[in-house]
Amino acid sequence: MADPMIDIDNLSVTFNRGRKPVKAVNGVSLKVKAGEVVALLGESGSGKSVTMRSLLRLHPKGTTITGRMRVAGQDVTELSARQIADFRGAVTSMVFQEPRLALDPVYTLGQQITETIMRHERIGRQAAFERALKLFEKVRIPSPERRLKTYPHEMSGGMLQRAMIAMALACNPKVLLADEPTTALDATVQIQILLLIRELQAEYGLSVIFVTHDIGVAAEVADRIAVMYAGRIVEEGAVADIIRDPKHPYTQGLLGARVELAGERDRLVTIPGAPPDLTDMPKGCAFAPRCVRVMDVCGNTVPPLIGKGEAGQVACLHYA
Amino acid sequence: MAAIITQETTLPRASIARSPGYWSGVARRLSRDPVALIALGLIVLLVAMAILAPYLAPYDPTKASMIRRLKPVGTPGYLLGTDELGRDMLSRLIYGARLSLIMGVVPVPVAFIIGSAIGIIAGYLGGITNTLIMRTVDVFYAFPSVLLAVALSGTLGSGLGNALVSLTVVFIPQIARVAESVTTQVRRLDYVDAARASGAKGHTIILVHVLGNVLGPIFVFATSLISVSMILASGLSFLGLGVRPPDAEWGLMLNTLRTAIYVNPLVAALPGVMIFLTSICFNLFSDGLRSAMDVKS
Amino acid sequence: MMDAATPLPLASDDPRDRGGPAQPLVSVRGLVRHFPVKGSGFLKPKKVVSAVDGVDFDILKGETLGVVGESGCGKSTTARLLMQLMRPDRGELLFDGESVGETLPLRDYRRQVQMVFQDSYASLNPRLTIEDSIAFGPRVHGVSAKVAIGRAHDLLHRVGLEPGRFAGRYPHELSGGQRQRINIARALALEPRLVILDEAVSALDKSVEAQVLNLLLDLKRDFGLTYMFISHDLNVVRFMCDRVMVMYLGKVCEIGPRDAIFDAPGHPYTAALLASMPKMDPGERTLVPPLSGDPPNPIDPPQGCRFHPRCSFSEDICTRVTPRLVTGLATGQSQHAAACLMRDPGALHSRAPALEEA
Repeated sequence: MADPMIDIDNLSVTFNRGRKPVKAVNGVSLKVKAGEVVALLGESGSGKSVTMRSLLRLHPKGTTITGRMRVAGQDVTELSARQIADFRGAVTSMVFQEPRLALDPVYTLGQQITETIMRHERIGRQAAFERALKLFEKVRIPSPERRLKTYPHEMSGGMLQRAMIAMALACNPKVLLADEPTTALDATVQIQILLLIRELQAEYGLSVIFVTHDIGVAAEVADRIAVMYAGRIVEEGAVADIIRDPKHPYTQGLLGARVELAGERDRLVTIPGAPPDLTDMPKGCAFAPRCVRVMDVCGNTVPPLIGKGEAGQVACLHYA
Repeated sequence: MAAIITQETTLPRASIARSPGYWSGVARRLSRDPVALIALGLIVLLVAMAILAPYLAPYDPTKASMIRRLKPVGTPGYLLGTDELGRDMLSRLIYGARLSLIMGVVPVPVAFIIGSAIGIIAGYLGGITNTLIMRTVDVFYAFPSVLLAVALSGTLGSGLGNALVSLTVVFIPQIARVAESVTTQVRRLDYVDAARASGAKGHTIILVHVLGNVLGPIFVFATSLISVSMILASGLSFLGLGVRPPDAEWGLMLNTLRTAIYVNPLVAALPGVMIFLTSICFNLFSDGLRSAMDVKS
Repeated sequence: MMDAATPLPLASDDPRDRGGPAQPLVSVRGLVRHFPVKGSGFLKPKKVVSAVDGVDFDILKGETLGVVGESGCGKSTTARLLMQLMRPDRGELLFDGESVGETLPLRDYRRQVQMVFQDSYASLNPRLTIEDSIAFGPRVHGVSAKVAIGRAHDLLHRVGLEPGRFAGRYPHELSGGQRQRINIARALALEPRLVILDEAVSALDKSVEAQVLNLLLDLKRDFGLTYMFISHDLNVVRFMCDRVMVMYLGKVCEIGPRDAIFDAPGHPYTAALLASMPKMDPGERTLVPPLSGDPPNPIDPPQGCRFHPRCSFSEDICTRVTPRLVTGLATGQSQHAAACLMRDPGALHSRAPALEEA
């Protein structure tokens, strides 16, 4: 087995901005193979976006990052400021939730994409523009030549997200990071974008980390799902296994709360309580205060992720 | 089903965990801002100096002497020197704080009340009423404030009262604009719609839901105008439109000492230093207030 | 199947009930609201956004009517028109048989209809404590401060928040789910009969959403409420609603009982919307997007059927004739209606059913 394309080992991220340090990520380990799509699934504050942004070192100054991250053989934590700038876009690129905020409103889409290409490769403006045109055709933007000359505010949300994807693929990256790219879109547009990402991923052999809060979206795009809770991965495995046979009580609760699985029941199964305060994490399992199957040991032992390889792993003392 | 709520459970007031109010939070955040605190301290000192002027000043600020004109800073007995008529600079600067502070501070609260009222009404009503009020305000706003103050003062005639009136008129449109834009923003928020949906009338909504959320930002803007007001007031006095000699006022002092600028530049600059110090204190304090009033910080 | 029309026992106990269980609580006929486009009309042709363009529907007593559609379909504008937060350009609004603003004064209407907004933070006044926010409505209607605060505490308890811990706090100190519970309590403080829920759970995390949905179901049962439930999430609508209305570009394209809509959609747009929902089974992934392109701009909507540019069954006739809402579809439900020429007997569409001989 070749080395994984993305190898995150015991990553912890702490923000030191407020009065108390916020422990957003607490020891996450995750491997993504070449050509594999992993969905990071979690609710707000679970650390899924923070984990992903660490791979591009996008955190503000004063953030404490420990652990090791390797992407395509490069150690991300060791890269110099110049190297990380070369790394972003060329090796790993990112698609955001709000393309309107991620694109510069005063340049046309064509200008922005050609600039990105010319920043990373020694090719002329004309060649770069032609590549941009091909990319726009690839992401199926109608009348691409005209669209390259438009400004971001002239396009609808779905078209803009397609342009954003074109831009992310401009320099043939090996890894695509997608941060809830379809959350702000309508359902009929969301499914188009999901299918587009899946298609491009297969064609380019991309490794993708797809951050989402919607287990249905994860089921549509991902090969594997990693479920996060309070800055830790609590369960990880093949998408079908997670959905059909969730092991961790939190994953079970999340699936129970899904309305489409409620069937003829007139009430939803809910997880009582609320996620823990990230400035004051419980000593043991972070889910223990809300868990219906809690045991005495859960209060003082952080359960490790157990299980090997394809069969999936779970961080719960019931399976230890 | 007349009353869907079957039991009325009124908890005793004491059993309810109360969050500290908004303003105590502002005070707490302000108390952690050293720059704002120093600025506030200096403002308090200046006010105290103005009030206690008769006790602090070593000499009568209007007593002239032809023999000791334009003494330099550090002359024994006249610590900050004397002016072109031989009056003690220290005493004049201390007394000058009175009129300068009055001219700087008084127009702002008056303009704050009138301008806020105009802006909030225009912002809340919106539509054609808004257009009518705001275009009228814009006519005044279009003139540079210095020009408008000078023109108004000139028309009304010189003197302290007229200077105060003209400064107030200068600030009303500026405050009204800020009030209107803040109110328009708040008016679009869902809680105002929720209040309308509950059947509340316009004035109730303004009192309960709009005022509390717009007065803060307007107030911060108004405090920043105090420094502008002081400088404009000095300008009016400088032109002979504000305070008349021999009263001590920093702007006027700057004017009369301008002839001495080649003889004794340090003394001539002193009133300017006072104006600069005071206005920067008000500016720094209003900056601190602005960040302290941000709930999310 | 017909439970939507079954009167709830509570509804008839209500002394405010005038027309009896058979009379719809709300009847909307020919509702129109256009917005002028900014910057147009001066030296340029005047443009309007047809946000709501001739909408008819009823909300029955005790039911939950779901309203679904993409952005720009006019569902939120319909809610605001119903709440009388903006005036319609045209149209008639009857509440329990009485004309709102005429035989039923606006103030009395507003006591009986309340709304919960999507943004839980923007819909609470940041300067008011929780109890003051909830008590505001009753105070406006002349309830004494003591009684109003008591009612606020009781409602806090009903929405699952301990009054002793929450009544004296401010909105920014609470989580999104807690704030939305407070917004629900505030809406209930006036003892309304109809509550409009405009994407009320859309901004919440899924596990919190489930808690709030359960709460809404409990409150509906306990207080005998009627809901208008607006959402873009068809799964939630399927779980919550008795009947569903589908909107597209300011018009109703389909309305009917929940099971009829979900099992046998009559309009191609409804079918596409249903097919666009992510499947929960990785073995049955979507392979072809049901619709291509983005929802069109409600400025200058297409002529004829508004859906025809995106519809795979579109024929020449669809570009010219605006379809009417036709009841009595194949599902045999008299309440199920769709606005599609393929469902209109005698229409010139090749798939239209033949006219039945009388």
